[in-house]
Amino acid sequence: MVILAVALSVFRESVRDRVFYNLLLFAVLLVGASVLVGKMTAGQDVKIIKDLGLSATSLFGLFIAVFVGISLVWKEVERRSVYSLIAKPVRRQELVLGKYIGLALTLLVNVSIMAVVLYLLLAYMHWTAPPELRSAWEAPATDPALLKVFLLLYVQLLLVTAIALFFSTFSSPMLAAALTFGFYVIGHFNADLKHFDAVVTSTPLVWLLRALYYLLPNLAPFDITAQVVHGQPVPTGYLLMTIAYAGVYIAFLLSAASYIFARRDLK
Amino acid sequence: MYAINTENLTKDYALGFWRKRPYRALDRLTLQVEPGEVFGFLGPNGAGKTTTLKLLLQLVFPTDGRAEILGRPVGDVAVRRRIGFLPENPYFYDHLTAIELLEYFGRLLGLSSREREARVPYLLDQVGIGAERRLPLRRFSKGMLQRVGLAQALINEPEVVFLDEPMSGLDPIGRRMVRELILGLRDRGATVFFSSHILADAEAVCSRVAILAGGRLAAAGRLTDLLAFGVKGWEIVVDDLGVDALSRIQGLAAKTTRIAENRYALEWPSTVQPERILTDLAAAGATVVSLNPVRDTLEDFFVRQVAEHGNQRISPA
Repeated sequence: MVILAVALSVFRESVRDRVFYNLLLFAVLLVGASVLVGKMTAGQDVKIIKDLGLSATSLFGLFIAVFVGISLVWKEVERRSVYSLIAKPVRRQELVLGKYIGLALTLLVNVSIMAVVLYLLLAYMHWTAPPELRSAWEAPATDPALLKVFLLLYVQLLLVTAIALFFSTFSSPMLAAALTFGFYVIGHFNADLKHFDAVVTSTPLVWLLRALYYLLPNLAPFDITAQVVHGQPVPTGYLLMTIAYAGVYIAFLLSAASYIFARRDLK
Repeated sequence: MYAINTENLTKDYALGFWRKRPYRALDRLTLQVEPGEVFGFLGPNGAGKTTTLKLLLQLVFPTDGRAEILGRPVGDVAVRRRIGFLPENPYFYDHLTAIELLEYFGRLLGLSSREREARVPYLLDQVGIGAERRLPLRRFSKGMLQRVGLAQALINEPEVVFLDEPMSGLDPIGRRMVRELILGLRDRGATVFFSSHILADAEAVCSRVAILAGGRLAAAGRLTDLLAFGVKGWEIVVDDLGVDALSRIQGLAAKTTRIAENRYALEWPSTVQPERILTDLAAAGATVVSLNPVRDTLEDFFVRQVAEHGNQRISPA
């Protein structure tokens, strides 16, 4: 009940703080790009729009996850609104979890609306394209497999939000943002750490890099845009394993964030 | 069972970035507050009042000692259903309205929707928030936020209410409203722990006070015990005092102050009978505007205590 009340308050604050204004920009960007791309490319426009729509979803979501994520706890402490809140029967762990779920809900609505906008645009392209052009597409315009991409994009954003929230419980917002973006970038090249033994001879260094590989988040598996846009299958087992990995990582980060926040002096 | 009980409550902070220096914000505070009393927690700025409140609400954790509210350790989340807290200069969520904020806090306190529907408008009426209750809180002035802060502190009909500088930012009407609210809480049996550095406010509502200076308890007790309620002298304000009469009376009075054209405030020591003074003044043709006994005030006592104990910190051992 407490967690739900905190989560709904975060969602309401996000809506009124005009977080969803990014959707307008997303729609304008996508429609504008489709008009432009349609005139410049021959038969590749659907693929490009899919790529653009999914990349924009990822980018806009990333900014929300990082900037709203780091401000969730920090703003509450900095503006001292937490004083009245902690005086209520709210455990600090519940506060952290409620804040996280509130932003997860905001991101869900955001990603869902982006998915609907992209599907509407693709449906329009399908409807206006001549049959010979449609038959040349590697995957149908309104390919249901796109939902798998949106799903993993969303799960990745949940992981990034947990990273941002974790850092914001003990560092300044600037540092937390820098660390979260750093983790995001490293996360996409993490797989390289595992195979450094091919180019590095020092055993301790190999072990260190291997440890970092397991410790740092591996975000590359969450990006299946290329496979889906090119019509390649994405097995359900792969989806479930990736989601399970994110679940474990998020649980660890939220537990650590709660542990730190529960012991922190709110001066 | 005490409403509030602290034993050797101590809080040290580390100051500085690289070379941390210890700073003792509160030093071995032992204090008991009985149920149903309005307790004034007084001290100059930086005395440790807010640190004590933060320790009682577990916003910060003690370095040493312990604290209880209603017989339960302050870490017990369940006890927070029975308390209310108004922080100093409260700040809430920009995009929520006063109604939504109180609804939100009511939900956190586990109030049913029926209870919230009854309490929220009632409390907003009580603290004087009218049509503004539907505006976002970012549009509220400091005084209006203070009123909303008071309303949220009382949403659960608390048994113990902590008020940190409750009169801050309020106009005279608002201050009177807070005084009446505090007395109303006392009448229904609630305990009010009231931190302030405005002594007149404390003197108007508190039955007992504690004075904090330099993070240490300087004095605690009933106002009647702490203050000498015996008359120290008399202050008489008079009009139409002639020049001759004035020069004669200046020789008798301990102090003469001109406060307006033909109006003087005259002070006499308590050894002189007021009846005799009035007779002399009437004989001199003066009109007596007022006669007041001069007593020791909480301010006099407070200044003495702070001067005696100092507001300087001691280094933690």
